[in-house]
Amino acid sequence: MIDYHFDWSVITRNWDKLTDALLLGLLLAVISLAIGCIIGLLSAYARLSTKKWLSLPAWAYVEFIRCTPLLLLIFFLYFGLPEFNITFLNKFESFVLSLSLYAGAYMSEVFRSGLSSIPKQYVEAAKAIGLRPWQRQVYVVLPVMFRITLPAVSNNLISLFKDTSLAAAIAVPELTFVARQINANTFRVMEVWLTASALYLATAYIIALLLRQVERRYASIR
Amino acid sequence: MDSLMAPGTFLFEAWQARASLASGLGVTLLSSAFSIVIATVCGIAMGVALSYGWWWLRLLSRLYVDLMRGIPVLVLILFTYYGLALFGVNVAAFWAGVIALGAFATAHVAENFRGAVESVPAGQMEAAKAIGLTFGKRLRYVILPQAFRRMLPPWVNTGLEVVKGTTLLSIIGVVELLLSAQQQMARNYMIVEFYLLATVLYLIVNFTLAQLGALLERKTSYLRY
Repeated sequence: MIDYHFDWSVITRNWDKLTDALLLGLLLAVISLAIGCIIGLLSAYARLSTKKWLSLPAWAYVEFIRCTPLLLLIFFLYFGLPEFNITFLNKFESFVLSLSLYAGAYMSEVFRSGLSSIPKQYVEAAKAIGLRPWQRQVYVVLPVMFRITLPAVSNNLISLFKDTSLAAAIAVPELTFVARQINANTFRVMEVWLTASALYLATAYIIALLLRQVERRYASIR
Repeated sequence: MDSLMAPGTFLFEAWQARASLASGLGVTLLSSAFSIVIATVCGIAMGVALSYGWWWLRLLSRLYVDLMRGIPVLVLILFTYYGLALFGVNVAAFWAGVIALGAFATAHVAENFRGAVESVPAGQMEAAKAIGLTFGKRLRYVILPQAFRRMLPPWVNTGLEVVKGTTLLSIIGVVELLLSAQQQMARNYMIVEFYLLATVLYLIVNFTLAQLGALLERKTSYLRY
């Protein structure tokens, strides 16, 4: 360390590559969160259902995913699905599928606690003014639930963004992959990893700030 | 039975691979255990600093916690792995991984500790102060027993995260369970079977850990206030 000389030119030379990689990671995280929200909402409703054949598979899905390492899931879908002749997924789609399934389990827990924290009177009031079951959900329950769960959803977005670093393992050119590539080519260890860390940190921080604005705007009703 | 165990079948291959898989599982358990111990010890110390430290200590530990929570674990692991060599510290990949995972989990334990301590009503600390207990005794006899129960569920969660995080050590070449399963696949091309086997092993470890956590929680439920 004593005779380590910093040479930041390796970063400036590769800056475009790094920011592209960062944006790719962000895109993957956002898409996965969107799909994960849909999976999570469906499985949260399934888990709260009184029908065993709905709640049991949803419970199994959530527990299974939460106890399985994400990297294993990524490898399994990327290398395992072709064994079942499912070969139309490229590495991006395969990764998004893994991350969405992963996110879905976590979102399911978030939405489940959100749904069960909604006061009964809301639903009863909705019933009293004659809303149909689906109208009660769409116009009363869901808007309230989304407001309650917004902080947890934004936490999940940040951790999903960090999890996109695992895509490096199947050669998706996101930030960690590119950083590792530059590291291997130039061996400017400190510069590369400090920059990668700073980029992740700054992005996570900006997402957190933006989402706090959104939360402040919509958190009024509880 | 013979046909099930014949060469070329999954059971045969899994039986052949039992020693490698067991050693992979051992590495996974060992690295998790080391990381969790590091994280618990350092995390509680940092948690105390975070809740009761002088302002500069609070600031430093807050900075550390936020840094660790904003950087992906994989980046931490790669940074530690490649970076330690620059400091002239020549450690095995295993220890680089344990250090990185431990450093990551330390931040989580510290933050959980702070949350748990803050959930204890302020009057408790004041009352303990009023009867003349020293800081150490206030912490040991008044605050910690009450905070302990609040800390348990997130602590177990952090433990599960660490176990799952050890799979990332495969990327720097530590032959833990995932990499050892992949080495078997490279030999026999039984990709689905061996990934499923690894998944089942991880499930067993994590379920056991979660159950232990639940048991510990029940055993300490008398600490409720």
